[in-house]
Amino acid sequence: MKKKTIFFRKSADRLVRIASGLAVAVAVAVMFWIIFTVFRHGSAALKPSFFSNPSKPYGIPDGGIANALIGTVFITFGAAVLATPPALLGGICLSEYKEFRRFNATLRFAANVMMGMPSVIVGLFVYTSVVVPTGNFSGLAGSIALAIIMFPVIMRTTEDMLGMVPYALRESALALGLTRTRTTVQIVCRSARKGLLTGILLALSRVSGETAPLLFTALFADRWPWGYFNQPTANLPVLITEYSTNSPFAEMHRAGWGAALVVTVLVLAINVATRIIFREKKHGH
Amino acid sequence: MKSHFIQAIRNLKDMLANLAARVEHTVHLAVEAVINHQVDVAEQIISQDREIDQEEVIIEEECLKILALYQPVAGDLRQVITILKINNEIERIADMAVNIAERVPGMAQFTESQVDKFDFSIMVVKACDMLKKALDAMTYHDVITATEVIRLDDAVDDIHQDNYGVAREQILRHPAQAGYYLDCLRVSHCLERIADIATNIAEDVIYLESGNIVRHSHEGNNHAR
Amino acid sequence: MAIKIQTKNLNFFYGTHQALLNNDLTVEENAITAVIGPSGCGKSTHLRVYNRIFELYREQRAEGEVLLDGQNILAADVDVLELRRRVGMIFQKPTPFPMSVFENVAYPLRLHYKLSRGELSDRVREALIGASLWDEVKDKLKASGLALSGGQQQRLCIARAIAVEPEVLLMDEPTSAIDPVATLKIEELMVTLKKQFTIVIVTHNMQQAARISDVTAFFYKGEIIETGATKQIFTNPRNRKTEEYITGRFG
Repeated sequence: MKKKTIFFRKSADRLVRIASGLAVAVAVAVMFWIIFTVFRHGSAALKPSFFSNPSKPYGIPDGGIANALIGTVFITFGAAVLATPPALLGGICLSEYKEFRRFNATLRFAANVMMGMPSVIVGLFVYTSVVVPTGNFSGLAGSIALAIIMFPVIMRTTEDMLGMVPYALRESALALGLTRTRTTVQIVCRSARKGLLTGILLALSRVSGETAPLLFTALFADRWPWGYFNQPTANLPVLITEYSTNSPFAEMHRAGWGAALVVTVLVLAINVATRIIFREKKHGH
Repeated sequence: MKSHFIQAIRNLKDMLANLAARVEHTVHLAVEAVINHQVDVAEQIISQDREIDQEEVIIEEECLKILALYQPVAGDLRQVITILKINNEIERIADMAVNIAERVPGMAQFTESQVDKFDFSIMVVKACDMLKKALDAMTYHDVITATEVIRLDDAVDDIHQDNYGVAREQILRHPAQAGYYLDCLRVSHCLERIADIATNIAEDVIYLESGNIVRHSHEGNNHAR
Repeated sequence: MAIKIQTKNLNFFYGTHQALLNNDLTVEENAITAVIGPSGCGKSTHLRVYNRIFELYREQRAEGEVLLDGQNILAADVDVLELRRRVGMIFQKPTPFPMSVFENVAYPLRLHYKLSRGELSDRVREALIGASLWDEVKDKLKASGLALSGGQQQRLCIARAIAVEPEVLLMDEPTSAIDPVATLKIEELMVTLKKQFTIVIVTHNMQQAARISDVTAFFYKGEIIETGATKQIFTNPRNRKTEEYITGRFG
């Protein structure tokens, strides 16, 4: 038998390896470029007063992002509080109570639709159903909009994480005489708790930069965000929009970049944190 | 792994069959040597016994190896155990043949005129028949033949008892030839032992096939086992 | 010997597919019954009827009678939670709960019994001693159950199961995921445990069945082909199929 030359196999292998390496390099390079650009433009604005001063109307110097920062915290935290319980329950239902076939199918379909919906539509929806009837923009409406975006994401990761729990664990719990509920809550969920937490944090990091929904719901205010429940509430994404595009002042542009930097760092921090948490889980096995 | 085991068992059975054939032949030679006073044949039998012993050791070691390495169970286990036991029994038959051969020089000294020759013919025929049947039963896993062998043992025992009486009578009548008659009794004893061992082989064959351990009891006979 | 579990005419279905056919089996008290057979013959399926764990899956159903101390456990009015306390189960892959070693044993115990703190501690300790694990974990009761070695985790599962004072222990290939040295430890443990409990073990490892069991049942394609004293099954089985399986002619 004539042996095939190894040359072609080796060169094909090398080719693919180079192509893969290039692809990774491009992706990583772009990421670093973005981060670097934001850093470059935004670092100029970073001074202590930036973080302690609230935003000021156009023209007034020494504006900061303090109110927007707090506002974003309120709004995203509120969104998490609204979205997490139903999403967790939904995920548990999809994963642990598969006998509700019709309900689960409907739930899954609805979640898929919600995930595919453009965030501006979500904002518009909340505008029509909450802002207009109540007569005012509010941070709460913003939370509702973000919650709608977070809900299917958390539900999906919950289902996936619970699915990774081995079946034998459930059976051993039941075999000891635990009820199904106890098994689900105390054993299965507990076993997957790091994964569930990761899912929530990742969903949070995703919505913390969403702008479109907040334009229709929380809008913006130069005040401190104490009027969260019934008044327009300051927040970082809208601030970035306002300062970078709607303002002619160079200082405001700089401030916009500074805010963008803050958001970027925040998202980066959450992602790194979730990786650390998740790695610990693997080590425990 | 299984095919290696099956091959090993097959080899083992072949070795045993060869040894058995050789020993059976040796027994025939020994009784002929007695009847025809063939001293040289007798000497050959005695000297070749060493080879038979060595062969027996080889087979035993092979059995132990199979038990340790393959850990056989059920029918396979019984097969190996049976081969082990029959191997040992065949070697004892070879020893009996040697005992018979050892009598030949002494008996050859007495001519026709001096003694009434002992007639071993019937006993020889019966014992050799039992041996042949037992070995056939072993080769063909034939329980029916094996059962027959067990049944035939009593006849040989009876002949030996008779021989005992005949020898006693002859010794009283011809005390000078007592040596001859004692040797004859010894040969008779060896033939009876060969028949017994053939019975043991038959019992082993039954165990192999049925898993039941049977023992033939000798009732009404004096036997120092 | 007294009879602990008597199975009569058990048939089992996965949807429309019948996995067990007319199983009749007697499990003796305080003895180890080994269930052997080739893959997919229904051994685990049969075992899982004894604590009704199959009910977790909707399309699985059992028909027939399984009498535990004379009472049919498949009846509709049976308290399944209590049944599962009486009939414990150990799985192939060790499944410690995501809790400390102490909690692993204490948690199910607390669910079934009202105990004071001291009593609970004692019971946990006894269970760990009974599972030959106490010496190895007595200084790390607070450590996570998942931090133990495979063999230790399995013994922890055994401790957890015996803590609630069951009567029967079902073991589904309990040592097939464990290294040989730890396996021997667990086998020794099983022989000790049988004095207190009735043990039914499903195993692929025939040497194991031969080593530790008193009674062996041979399953083939959903049917019980032969049952008998282990000694007899391994020296002289009655059924040709049993002989073929045991000597490795198939499976």
